[in-house]
Amino acid sequence: MSEVWITIGALAVATALIKASGPVVFGGRSLPPAALHVISLLAAALLSALVMTQTFADDQDLVFDARAAGLATAAGALALRRSLVVTMISAAAATALVRALT
Amino acid sequence: MLLGISFGVVAQPLMGHIAPVVMSAIVFAGAAQFAATAVLADGGGAAAAIVAGILLNLRFIPMGIAIAPSLRASVASRAAVGQGMVDASWAMANRGGGRYDVPYMLGATLVQYPAWVAGAAIGVLANDVIGNPEDLGLDAIFPAFFLALLVNELRDGMSMAAALIGAALALALTPFVPPGIPVLAACAGAALGLVRR
Repeated sequence: MSEVWITIGALAVATALIKASGPVVFGGRSLPPAALHVISLLAAALLSALVMTQTFADDQDLVFDARAAGLATAAGALALRRSLVVTMISAAAATALVRALT
Repeated sequence: MLLGISFGVVAQPLMGHIAPVVMSAIVFAGAAQFAATAVLADGGGAAAAIVAGILLNLRFIPMGIAIAPSLRASVASRAAVGQGMVDASWAMANRGGGRYDVPYMLGATLVQYPAWVAGAAIGVLANDVIGNPEDLGLDAIFPAFFLALLVNELRDGMSMAAALIGAALALALTPFVPPGIPVLAACAGAALGLVRR
């Protein structure tokens, strides 16, 4: 079996186990209010971290490249209350434009 | 759909036409798929690719704990519901106060799954036409997508502060730990919820 298929198979199993773990271990019980406060903030912390790493990280290097222009454009589109598709396409277009010019 | 297509485009030169679609169908975790593909493309080998994918997926552990109080059914069905977590539908199902609208999350995922798999299929076929996906800025689609989800989460000062801490932690840790860990560690920003209001 090739490396590609080994990777795909192993990741499929591992991902299923990881996704099941939280609901199986902690499901069906009530958590204390403090835990619920933490949970309600998880999405904000996680999503902003994803925005940062997907824009400014290249493996373990911090970089400032054309993706930053895409992110700024996306922020502008969102401020103007554009749809998700318009936001993503304008971000891609801005990044492509900056890459073409530099 | 756009994200799925860009995965197909990126993976096709390495994996051919079938494997990227199979991977999207049975792994169904975008960031992990991109990371594992990138490691393989760099000659990192299967073990390193698997580790990279797993690291990026570790965030599903706190995400799963977050939805757990909203689940009441048996162990088997809870495990099945866990499979329905993807970033977008999980974030959109957040109703605040620690509550998650699980049926809504599953419905959102059910819509995204065929789009993700079909997108990969379109992407592998489009690869010959498109060429280098970075020339089209396709890699900027991800931060734009996550930013749009983030904006919906910023309800009050607490959530903005948690987002700032998460962002700062992710950037600060990036040079020192493998990819995936900074995002996992950024979840610590949510510990702000322990502060008494």
